[in-house]
Amino acid sequence: MKKFLMGNEAMALGAIHAGVNLVCGYPGTPSTEILETVAKNNDGSIYVEWSVNEKAALEVAAGASYAGARVLVTMKQVGLNVASDPLMSLAYVGVKGGMVIVSADDPGPISSQTEQDTRHFARFSKLPIFDPSSPEEAYTMMEDAFALSEKYGTPVLFRPTTRVCHGCTSMEIADTNVINKPEGFVRDSKWIIFPRLSFQNHLKIEKRNPMLGEELSSYRLNTVTGSGTKGIATGGISYEYTKEALGDCDAKLFKVSTPHPFPEKLALKFLDGLTEVTVIEELDPVIERELIYICGKHHLDVTIRGKLTGDVQQAGENTVESVKSVLHAYLGLPAPEKDDILPALPIRPPVLCAGCPHRASFYAVKQAMKGQKAVFAGDIGCYTLGNAMPLDMVDTCLCMGADVTIAQGLHHIEPDTKHFAFIGDSTFFASGITGVVNAVYNESDIILIVLDNSTTAMTGHQPHPGTGKTMMGNITDKISIPAILTAIGVKDVTTVDPLNLTEAKESVKKAAEQRGVSAVIFKSPCIAVTKPSPAYKVEASQCIGCKKCIRELGCPAISMNGEKAFIEPSLCYGCSICAQVCPCGAIKGGENK
Amino acid sequence: MIVNCILAGVGGQGTVLASKLIAQSAMNKGQNARTAETIGMAQRGGCVVSHVRIGDDIHSPMISKHSADVIIGFEPAEAVRCLSYLKKGGVVVVSNKAIKPVTSSLSDSSYDGSEILAFLKESGAKLIVVDGDKICADCGSVKVLNVALLGAACASGMLGLTTSEIENSIKERVASRFIEINIKALAAGAKAATAQ
Repeated sequence: MKKFLMGNEAMALGAIHAGVNLVCGYPGTPSTEILETVAKNNDGSIYVEWSVNEKAALEVAAGASYAGARVLVTMKQVGLNVASDPLMSLAYVGVKGGMVIVSADDPGPISSQTEQDTRHFARFSKLPIFDPSSPEEAYTMMEDAFALSEKYGTPVLFRPTTRVCHGCTSMEIADTNVINKPEGFVRDSKWIIFPRLSFQNHLKIEKRNPMLGEELSSYRLNTVTGSGTKGIATGGISYEYTKEALGDCDAKLFKVSTPHPFPEKLALKFLDGLTEVTVIEELDPVIERELIYICGKHHLDVTIRGKLTGDVQQAGENTVESVKSVLHAYLGLPAPEKDDILPALPIRPPVLCAGCPHRASFYAVKQAMKGQKAVFAGDIGCYTLGNAMPLDMVDTCLCMGADVTIAQGLHHIEPDTKHFAFIGDSTFFASGITGVVNAVYNESDIILIVLDNSTTAMTGHQPHPGTGKTMMGNITDKISIPAILTAIGVKDVTTVDPLNLTEAKESVKKAAEQRGVSAVIFKSPCIAVTKPSPAYKVEASQCIGCKKCIRELGCPAISMNGEKAFIEPSLCYGCSICAQVCPCGAIKGGENK
Repeated sequence: MIVNCILAGVGGQGTVLASKLIAQSAMNKGQNARTAETIGMAQRGGCVVSHVRIGDDIHSPMISKHSADVIIGFEPAEAVRCLSYLKKGGVVVVSNKAIKPVTSSLSDSSYDGSEILAFLKESGAKLIVVDGDKICADCGSVKVLNVALLGAACASGMLGLTTSEIENSIKERVASRFIEINIKALAAGAKAATAQ
């Protein structure tokens, strides 16, 4: 059956086709739609969950795999950092049912904190890794990954990049699925990691990996094509860019679909007769270093060019143009055309949506702390956008959950400054709670602001423990953030609607006066999961054109129309914040007010 | 033969659905399609670009510079931002309505799209300007700009797709209660293009 699928959908259907029994993960661009697609296409036989974070996901999956289930774990690259503790040990312990861990990399980066390369994680953890170059390849590769995992009893990494995850194409999908009936857990000392077992398994892994490299040298998706004395080595989406840039030009081309264990035997076949190789890959020079190593090991006189030699850009995404520039210098192909000269265009960075409750929350804290020395530690999510002018309310952002702990570090050095930690509801559950325990235990003095919009907004509105819904569609008990904070020992916990600015400001002022850890929970749903209120309008005759609404809020629905403020009705969600800020009452509520 | 189409707009304008409708229509005719989308943080009011490629033997999901047959600009400045993708003789279908970014409101700049449209007229590209506000008002929904622009792009003949082929995809892909207004917008967009 032919279907038009996104890469992430293809991976999901590939896993379903391979008879996956359990799928878990944590949302993160560009990986999120994989798990959602499994849930959407679940006939009820697959257990699917959004886990509280990536570490939990990998451990849940490990348990299921011990019982013989085929399991898929999904996350973005930085999520694998969170899951790295179980990953490293699981690499030693091994699995029973096939386990595929998708860690989606994000060259650019387009939506990430880092340009880290999961292929390094494969080498570090000594695990095999698959690197699909297209959505259709990702579909068929998924079954190969499960088979390899079971054959060697090892977890297998699967590393697509953004353009594979979010690229769509028409592809052939199998009509029938493999059926895998888990045998169940069988007690065995091999499931208990101990130093002696680790030593023995380490030896086994070192013996296994060269065999794997040998086997992968004949894997159908690792290929050597073309001819000549100048070669190109590539993999992932860069292979497609290279094919496109080459056009009809013949060059010896090495496509690496399994960067670890490296298919050395096939690499030698590729290097035979070459004088030079240019390596085209994104993120880190992984294939490049492998080829340099192989040339050294086998005394081959081949020059290897790439990122290390400065021939290929060291950061950012490759494009057909960037590859054309490299091949222009290397093979004398035509240079890419120069870009046209364009007029000055308005800058359009991402912003908090019109009506977003986070805008009100940030504004309330800003107003409450006017004139006081305060630092605002931010975190990962839509609310990172609170850094944009005019709110300008994010002073630090590091990684999931770090707002709570960074604020503590700042406090210990500058105790006379007020330190705020802003955290979203999903981030709070994922990795914020331990930070709050740390603050209470170590008697830190911080103000925790929980931005509870009842969803995981940035990644497309996934449920989380506070929403009362699971990915299996079940209604479950909502886990209460204020109850958690109170149980931890946070003495002053207030929940307030940020869209009521006066109350919101007062709550922040009160919390800021407390010693120890105090918390304000700003509870107001994301505009994408709630119905809009009637739009607000500027009464032109009353507007004095002071622009306070624009200068202080930066709402994308408000702009100046001549000398008067104007609210674009198609964008306004009726949050009413601008009406509360207007000094002359010129902004009027919708028809029901 | 390969048809390349860029859809450029602002997060929330419906570029992703429009690109899916093009790809679906091509597939329904037995053609292959490949698309690339902007998903994630940039969707929050930032610039979004979809690449749609129709034909066989396509490798890159992204269109190369100077090779797009059509640029569908959901906003004047966003169309111009992608102009380097347009091939010689390519057509630009653009909504005349500027979306003023917050940065522009804050800096008191006077961006209203008119200078950008003037630049497009001078650029030598074949230009179809669509009065998005009027079509949306006639159809009774601000959400149909994407399909109206699609109608205009079809009428240009550069997509290799007819409005009735897009209409079928709308019936397949769009929720039933929105099908009628979308088909109306499609026709209105096509009519606006034919009139130019």
